[in-house]
Amino acid sequence: MAQQATKTQTLWTTTDHSKHKALQKTFSSGQEITQACLSCHSEAEQQFKQTIHWTWVGHTDENGKQLGKAGDSLNNFCLSTNRMEDKGCSACHTGWQGKSQGVNCLACHSSKKVSWSEAFEDYSAFSESDDPEELDIAREIQTEIQTAAQSISRPTRQNCGECHFKGGGGDGVKHGDLDTSLTKPNKALDVHMGADGQNFNCTRCHTTVQHHVAGRIYSKPAYTERKSLIENDLTAKITCESCHSSTPHEEGHKANDHTDKVACQSCHIPEFARVLPTKMSWDWSKSGKLKDGKKYKEKGPLGTIDYMTIKGEMKWAKNVAPDYAWFNGAMNTMTVKDTIDPSQVVTVSGPVGSPADPNSRIFPFKVHRGNQPYDKINKNLLAPILSGKHGYWQTLDWQDALSRGMKALDVAYSGQFDFVPSTYYFPTTHMVAPKTNVVSCGECHVREDGRLADISGVYMPGRDRMGMLDMMGWVAVIGSLLGVTLHGLGRIFTGNGRKED
Amino acid sequence: MLKNKIIIYLYSRYERFWHWLQAILIFILLLSGFEIHQGFALLGFHRAVTVHNFVGLTWLIAFAFFVFWLFTTGEWKQYIPTTKKMLSVVHYYSWGIFKGLPHPVPKRKEAKHNPLQRLTYLSLAAFLLPFQMITGLLYWGYNSWSALGIGSFSLGLLAVLHTLGAFAILSFLVVHLYMTTTGHSIFAHIKAMITGWEEVEKGESVEEWEVAHERKPSNA
Repeated sequence: MAQQATKTQTLWTTTDHSKHKALQKTFSSGQEITQACLSCHSEAEQQFKQTIHWTWVGHTDENGKQLGKAGDSLNNFCLSTNRMEDKGCSACHTGWQGKSQGVNCLACHSSKKVSWSEAFEDYSAFSESDDPEELDIAREIQTEIQTAAQSISRPTRQNCGECHFKGGGGDGVKHGDLDTSLTKPNKALDVHMGADGQNFNCTRCHTTVQHHVAGRIYSKPAYTERKSLIENDLTAKITCESCHSSTPHEEGHKANDHTDKVACQSCHIPEFARVLPTKMSWDWSKSGKLKDGKKYKEKGPLGTIDYMTIKGEMKWAKNVAPDYAWFNGAMNTMTVKDTIDPSQVVTVSGPVGSPADPNSRIFPFKVHRGNQPYDKINKNLLAPILSGKHGYWQTLDWQDALSRGMKALDVAYSGQFDFVPSTYYFPTTHMVAPKTNVVSCGECHVREDGRLADISGVYMPGRDRMGMLDMMGWVAVIGSLLGVTLHGLGRIFTGNGRKED
Repeated sequence: MLKNKIIIYLYSRYERFWHWLQAILIFILLLSGFEIHQGFALLGFHRAVTVHNFVGLTWLIAFAFFVFWLFTTGEWKQYIPTTKKMLSVVHYYSWGIFKGLPHPVPKRKEAKHNPLQRLTYLSLAAFLLPFQMITGLLYWGYNSWSALGIGSFSLGLLAVLHTLGAFAILSFLVVHLYMTTTGHSIFAHIKAMITGWEEVEKGESVEEWEVAHERKPSNA
C-alpha cells in the first residue's frame, strides 16, 4: 500500500523564487521581507495567524483553561512561558523579534539559516558607514539576507527541527524521538526520513491545510479515525495505518494480530535517543548551589550538562527503551489552574486511554521526570519567570520569580512553595527503526521484567498465567509421573509376578 | 514366541500411521506450547508460536481424516464405553500384574481395547483432544472474534482452558507411555504399534458384545 508514497518524486514546483523581482530588492527589516512575500501570497499571513504556530494556544477547554504555551499550560522543563512574559521562550516563535514584528515566513520556508536580528542590526550599522570596507560588509550581509529570502521551499526537517528538535532549551531535551540527528538521519535511525532512503520531510506525514499543520495539539489527538489513504485520501494526519494498513505484515504473520491492541510504534521504535542523548529528569529543587560564590555548571559522562546552578540537576540518557501505556491519541495536560495532590507524583502531561477503549493501543512514551515548584496552600503548580533581569536565572530568588511569574499568569500565589515530583509523557513516534531492528516477541512475552510488565487489561501469553491452575497442572503431571514410577518399581520388585518358568 | 501366545495383526497401516503422526504432532505442540507458556528457551518465543500454530492446524486437518476413518471403517465401535469387566481390568493393573496373572481382556482384532482403554480413548478422542483443538483454533483466530460474534469472550479465560487441556494431555502422555511397558515385554506394545503385529495370550474368545466389526443382517 505504501508504494506510491515511497516512489521518488520531483515536486511539481512551478516557480523559482530567486527570479521574483519582489525578492530582489534591498531588505533592511524582517517586515519588509514578509511584505514582499505577501505581495503574492496575499492570504498567507492572515491564515498563519490563526494557527497554533503563531498563537501558541491550542484551545480553551470547557472549564475556561487555555491550553497552550501562551496560555495556562505548563511542563516540567522550563515550566511556563508566563503568557509570553518570559522572553527567553520567544526564540522559537515564528515571528520577527519574537512575536512583536509580524510573521517570519522564512523560519519555515527558507532553506538558509540566518541569525536575523543580528543580521539586520549589523546591516543597518554598516550600511550607513562611510568606510568602504564596512560598506562591503554591509553588501555581504544584504546578499546573505536576499539569498535567504529567495531560497524558498516547503518546510524541511531543518526548518521544523530548528524549534522542534530543540524544545525545552536545547538539542534533544524534550522529546527523545526528535533531535538534530534527524536533520540528516540515515535509514537505521529513521526508516522514513533516512536521507539514504525515502528522505521524508516532516510534512510528508504532518499534512497541512491553510498553514494548519496536522499533529497532536495538547489534549487534542492528531487524528481520531484510523483510516487508510484508500478510505480517505484527504486525511488530516498521515498515520502508520494510512499507508501501511492495519494488517501491514505478511499474510499469517502473528504481528498482524497485534494491531488491535499494540501501536506500530511499540515494536518498531525499540529505543529512542539513538544518536544524541535526551533529558530524562530535571530536579529544580537542586538549583541555586554556588561554587566559590559563583554560578556554575557541570558536565556528565555523556557530555551533557548535568548540573547548572540556574536550572538544577538533570539526568540524560541515550538508547532509552520507552515506557508503555494505553493511549487513544489524547493527552491529559495540566495547567497552572489545576489542583494537584502533592503527596503523589503529579502527571503534568499523561496519556488518556484504557484497555476497554477500542481506540486505545499500547503505545511507547518517553517519560520525563521532574521535581518542580508548587503552591503549598493553593495546591497548584507554580510558574516562575526565568529569563530577564528579574528572572530566577539572574536572581536565584525563587520567591520573587514565582510571584512575578504567577502575576503574569493572573493566578493567585500564596507565597509558600515547595517542590513536587512530576512526570511528563511524550508519545514516541519518530525514529522508526528498519524492520530488521524491532522489539522481539520475547521482550514482552516473558514472565518477569518484560517491556509490558506494567500493562494491565490484556492477556499476554508468556507473561500471564493463572498461578493456581499452573500449580494444579503440574501436580497432576508430577502425580502421574510419581504414580507410574511407583507402579513400575512395584513391577520390578515383584519381577512382574513371573516365577522362573 | 512365548507359550500360550498367538500373533495377530492388530493395527492397520493407516491406524499406525495416524498414531505416530498424532504422537509427533502432540509432542511438538506440548513442547512449543509449554515454551510459550513457561518461557524456557528452546525455539525462541517467535518460532515457538509459529511452529505451534502450524502444527496445531496440521493436527486439526489430520484429525478430520481420523474421524473419517473411524466412521467409514466402523472402528468407532471400538470406543463404545462399557463397565463390563472394568473392575477386573482395574484389579489386574493394581494387583494381578504384580502376581503375573493373565490380562483379563486380551487384545483381539475385533476388540483391541479393554474397558479401561475404551473409556480413556473415548474421553481423549471425543472430548479432550477436540477440546484442545477448539480452544486452540479460537485462540489462533483471536482477531476474528468480533466477526464471529464472540468479541466479548475473554482471551484470558480461553488461555486458561487451553492450558488446562495441555496439562491433561501431558498427564495422559506420562501414563500412556508407561502403559506401553506393561505388555509381555517392555517394548511389546510399542513394537506392535510399529509393525501392526501383536503377540497376545491365547484364551477365551471375544464375547459378542465386544466385537466391533461383525455385522449381521438385522433380521437374521
